[in-house]
Amino acid sequence: MAIEVRIPTILRTYTGGEKAVDATGDTLAALIDDLEASHPGLKDRLLDAKEDGQSDLRRFVNVYVNDEDVRFTGGLETTLNDGDQVVVLPAVAGG
Amino acid sequence: MLRLDRALYEAIVAHAKRDHPDEACGIVAGAEGSDVPSRHVAMVNAAGSPTFYEFDSTELLALYKEMWAKDEEPVVIYHSHTATEAYPSRTDIGLANEPGAHYVLVSTREHGNSDGPVEFRSYRIIDGTVTEEEVQVTDEPGEDHHTQTASA
Repeated sequence: MAIEVRIPTILRTYTGGEKAVDATGDTLAALIDDLEASHPGLKDRLLDAKEDGQSDLRRFVNVYVNDEDVRFTGGLETTLNDGDQVVVLPAVAGG
Repeated sequence: MLRLDRALYEAIVAHAKRDHPDEACGIVAGAEGSDVPSRHVAMVNAAGSPTFYEFDSTELLALYKEMWAKDEEPVVIYHSHTATEAYPSRTDIGLANEPGAHYVLVSTREHGNSDGPVEFRSYRIIDGTVTEEEVQVTDEPGEDHHTQTASA
């Protein structure tokens, strides 16, 4: 089971310059753990520790599964299937 | 140095004036690796705020997919400051995630929605370090570029 994950320029230092990498997982959380195993350091750029010890997606990192922002599909619990397309994009934002 | 065609410069300034007192934001895409800004895309400020801007997440994905399909990248990422100088704020620096882009700041604090000069400055923001660069507005008739507005 392979899911293609599109990596933004700013995070390609973790993927040896690759624009997209394959990973596996039944949920987004599992996929990110799998990414971390092959590209150490990536998880910390995607997730933030919350006060209760749980992790959540960083506020200014957007993750899309098949073009849907995961914030609207269950966040880290979003279910994944073979062949899904995952895109990571940092927010374009500022003050 | 940022070299920018006058039509693109004016499109960015007009967008900043139009959205004042809220911050305006957008990009100018260009061919990957060219460092030539050619296609203006005015984005909606999803924050709708005089002190913050953020591209809507769905429009952001659509924008990047379009650029990938055209082998483009964001050459310029711009936004306006409506009450302060055209210099990156701490938030701007912390959230700057395109190390290859020219970050353009336009300040509309002096004339708001009215005619009149604006501050228009450009920076590189890499790993939290801000470096200002010269802006050269060129008058040569450019290639075929046009302004388009992101659709919701």
